[in-house]
Amino acid sequence: MSAVVENHHDDHHHGPAKGLKRWLYTTNHKDIGTLYLWFSFAMFLIGGVMALVIRAELFQPGMQIVEPEFYNQMLTLHGLIMVFGAVMPAFVGLANWLVPMMIGAPDMALPRMNNLSFWILPFAFFVLLSSLFMDGGAPNFGWTFYAPLSTTYAPPSTTFFIFSVHIMGASSIMGSINVIVTIMNMRAPGITLMKMPLFVWAWLITAYLLIAVMPVLAGAVTMMLMDIHFGTSFFNAAGGGDPVLFQHIFWFFGHPEVYIMILPAFGIVSHIVETFSRKQLFGYSSMVWAMLSIAILSFVVWAHHMFTVGMPLAAELFFMWATMLIAVPTGVKVFNWVATMFKGSITFEVPMLFACAFIVLFTLGGFSGLMVAIVPADFQYHDTYFVVAHFHYVLVPGSVFSIMAAVYFWIPKWTGNMYDERLGRLHFWLSFIGVNVTFFPQHFIGLAGMPRRYPDYALQFADWNMVSSVGAFLFGFSQILFLFIVLKTVMGGKKATSEVWEGARGLEWTVESPAPYHTFTVPPKIN
Amino acid sequence: MSGGNYYIPDSSRYPIFAASSLFLLVMGAGGTINGTDNGSTILYIGFVSMLTTLFFWFRTVVKEHLAGLDSAQLKKSYVFGMAWFIFSEVMFFAAFFGALFYVRNFAVPWLAGEGEKGLAIEFVRDMGVDFWNGFQNTWPVLTTPDQGAAYTTPHKSMSFPGWSHLVEWLPLWNTIILLSSSVTVHFAHLGLKSGSRKKFNVWLGFTVGLAIIFLGLQAAEYYEAYAHYGLKLNSGIYGSTFFMLTGFHGFHVFLGCIMLSTMLARSVFFNHFEAHDHFGFEAASWYWHFVDVVWVMLFFFVYII
Ligand code: HEM
Ligand SMILES: [Cu+2]
Repeated sequence: MSAVVENHHDDHHHGPAKGLKRWLYTTNHKDIGTLYLWFSFAMFLIGGVMALVIRAELFQPGMQIVEPEFYNQMLTLHGLIMVFGAVMPAFVGLANWLVPMMIGAPDMALPRMNNLSFWILPFAFFVLLSSLFMDGGAPNFGWTFYAPLSTTYAPPSTTFFIFSVHIMGASSIMGSINVIVTIMNMRAPGITLMKMPLFVWAWLITAYLLIAVMPVLAGAVTMMLMDIHFGTSFFNAAGGGDPVLFQHIFWFFGHPEVYIMILPAFGIVSHIVETFSRKQLFGYSSMVWAMLSIAILSFVVWAHHMFTVGMPLAAELFFMWATMLIAVPTGVKVFNWVATMFKGSITFEVPMLFACAFIVLFTLGGFSGLMVAIVPADFQYHDTYFVVAHFHYVLVPGSVFSIMAAVYFWIPKWTGNMYDERLGRLHFWLSFIGVNVTFFPQHFIGLAGMPRRYPDYALQFADWNMVSSVGAFLFGFSQILFLFIVLKTVMGGKKATSEVWEGARGLEWTVESPAPYHTFTVPPKIN
Repeated sequence: MSGGNYYIPDSSRYPIFAASSLFLLVMGAGGTINGTDNGSTILYIGFVSMLTTLFFWFRTVVKEHLAGLDSAQLKKSYVFGMAWFIFSEVMFFAAFFGALFYVRNFAVPWLAGEGEKGLAIEFVRDMGVDFWNGFQNTWPVLTTPDQGAAYTTPHKSMSFPGWSHLVEWLPLWNTIILLSSSVTVHFAHLGLKSGSRKKFNVWLGFTVGLAIIFLGLQAAEYYEAYAHYGLKLNSGIYGSTFFMLTGFHGFHVFLGCIMLSTMLARSVFFNHFEAHDHFGFEAASWYWHFVDVVWVMLFFFVYII
C-alpha cells in the first residue's frame, strides 16, 4: 500500500507529463479546461461548416446545392453540435480553468471524474457524427427531435443519436457534480458564499440546473428508444400516449437548458465589465438573487415553446405570464451592468468590446423573447424565422460572444502572453458586423411569414435571405482569424503581468502568468 | 500534494478506459438494437471492459483511502458528490412519473373524448367517421385507442385486486420486503457505529437477502404479467408506464444490491470500515434508501391509485 502513497507525489513537483499521455490521463483542472476549450472550438468549426451549408442553400430561392434530406440532417446536427458540443463544453472548460483559481482551491474536487467527463465527449460526438455515414443518413428531425418525426418517421441512425445523447448527459452530470462539490467544499477559508466571484455563482446555479434537467432529457430519449424499438406508446396516440407529451418532457429540459447556456455568460460579462470600468460591480447581491430567481423560474416556463400545439387556455396564460416574469431579473442584470459602467473610467480592450456587444445584442434577443412570449403574437411568430432570429441573438452574440470575451480576458493568464490587440479588434468588428448582418434580417423575413426548417422559400423572402447568407459567411470566416489569434498568443507575444488588467479583481490575478501547473496547493489568505 | 492537504490524485488511466468502454457500450448497444454485424460482440466487450475498469478504479480509491490519503475535506467531497448523484437519479425518475401523471390526467381522457382537447375526437366522430370508438377513460387502461395488431390487449392489470386477494398480491409483499430492508440496513449501520462488525455483517447480509427476494418476486410478477395477464410492453400506455417505471426501479434495486453486496464482501473478507469511518457503506445505504422511497411512490401511484 505504501507504493500507492509514493506514486502520488512525483508529478506534483515536476509539472505536467510529456506527450499524449499528459492529455489522456490528466487529472489537472487546467489541462482538462484546455481540452474542453479546444474540443469546443473544434465543434464550433464543424457546426459552423454545417451552418454555412444551410446558408449556402438558402442564398437563393429554389434548390441549388443539397438535397432536402441532407439539408434536414445539416440543420439537426448543426443545432445539436452547437448546443451540446460548442457552447456547453466551452463553459465547462472555463469553469475548469477558473473556478478553482477563483476560490483558491488546488484543483477540482474529483479530478479523475473530471477527466472522464471530458473524454466522454469526443466519443459521444464521434457516435453522433458517424450517423452521417449510416444507412438512411443522420438524424433529420431538428435539434428538438419532436415525436413522431423522431420516432415513427426517424432514420435507423436515431438509435445511435439516442445513445450519444445518453453519454453526453452522463458527461454533463458528472461535470456538474464536480463543479458543485468544488464550489461547496473547496473554497479557501474566508470566501463566504456572498463573497464568491459572480462567475462562480453563475456556475453553481448552472450546475444545479444541469443536474436537474439532464436526467429528464435522458428519460425523454429513453422513452423514444422504447417507442421505436420495444413497442411502448409514450408518444403514440394510437396506443394511448401523446406526441405532445414528448414536447412537455423535452422543454422541461429545454428551457432550463437555454439558461444553462446563458448564466455562465452573465458571470463572465460581470467580471469583464467591472474590470474595464475600473469600478466595483454595481449591485453584487442583486446579481446573485437575479440568477437564482431566473434559475427557479426557468422550471415553470417550458410550455412557452408549445403555445401553438393546442394547450388548455389556462396553461397558455400561466406559461405566458411566468415567462414574462423572467424578464424582470434579466432586466436587473442588464441595469446593473450599465450602472457599473456609469461614471467608470472605461477602456475598450477586446474583452470589453465583446462584453458591450453582449449587453446590447443579448438584450435585443431578450426583447424578441418577450415578443414571442405573448401567446396571441406567438401564434404568428411560432416556427418562423423570427424565432430563429430570437434564439440566435441570445446564443451567438450572447453565449458565444461571452465565450470569446472570456478567452481574450483570461488567455494572458493561461498562456502568459498578451493577445494581439489589433487583430483582436478586427476579429471583434468582423464578428459583430457578421452576426448582425446574418441574424437581423431574419426578424424581417420571420415577421413576413417565412417558416423555419425549409430548404426553399417563396420569392418575396429572397433579398433578406441573400443578405443573411452573406453575413453568415463573413461571421464564419472571421472565426478563422480567431483561431489564428489564439494560436499566435499560445506561441508567444508580449509577456503578461500577474495582474494582466489594470484594476483586475479576483484571486486568479494574484498568481503569476501563465498560471503555474498547480495553484493554491495551500489555501490563500483572504481578507 | 506539495504542502497542501487536499489529495489530488496523480494522472490516471482509469477515466480514459472508462470513456472508451462507454463508447464500445453505446456502439455495441446501438448495433445490437439496429441489428448490424458484430453489434452484440462490441456490446459484450464494452460491458466487460467497463466492469473491469470500474473494479480497478474503485479498488484504487479504496486503497488510497486505506493508505490515509483522504483528508476530512475529501471525504466531504465524496458525500456531496453522492448526494448530488442521487438527486440526478431522482430527476430521472421524475421524468417517468411526470409521463404517468400526464397520460392519466390529460392524454387518456382527451383520447376518450373528454375535456377541452377531447372535442377534437368528438368532432371527427360527429362527421360520421368511426374513429377510435370504444376507448374509455379508465385507469388502468387495458385497451388502446387503435385496436390494431401492434398492441397486445391484457385482460388484467397489476393494480390492487381487492381485499379478498390481498394476500396473494405480490406488490404488497414487495413493499413489505423493501421497507424492511431499509430498516435492516439501518440496523447494520447502527451496529457498525457501535463497533460491532458481527452485527453489521449479519444485518447487511439480511438486507442483501431481502434485496434478492425482492428481485425474485419482481421477476415472478413480470412472468405473471407476460404469461398470464397478456400485459406487455406493447399493451399501450398502461403497459408502457408500468414496465418502464417498475423496470427502471428494479434495475436500480439491482445496482443497489450489487453495491451493498460489495460492502458486505469488503467487511467480511477484508475487515474494511470502522465505527467512525465507513463512507463507502454509507453511500450504498443512501442509495438503498433512495430506491426504497422510489418504490413507495411506485406502490402508491402505479399500483394503488
Ligand atoms: C427574456 C428572456 C427570454 C424570453 C422571454 C424567451 C422566450 C422564448 C419563447 C416564448 C420562445 C418560443 C418561441 C416559439 O417557438 O414560438 C423561445 C425560443 C427559444 N429561445 Fe428564448 N427567451 C428568452 C431568452 C432566451 C435565452 C437567454 C436563450 C438562450 C441562451 C433562449 C433560447 C431560445 C431558443 C434556443 C429557442 C428556440 C428553440 C427552438 O424552437 O428550436 N431564449 N424563447
Ligand atoms: Cu424557453
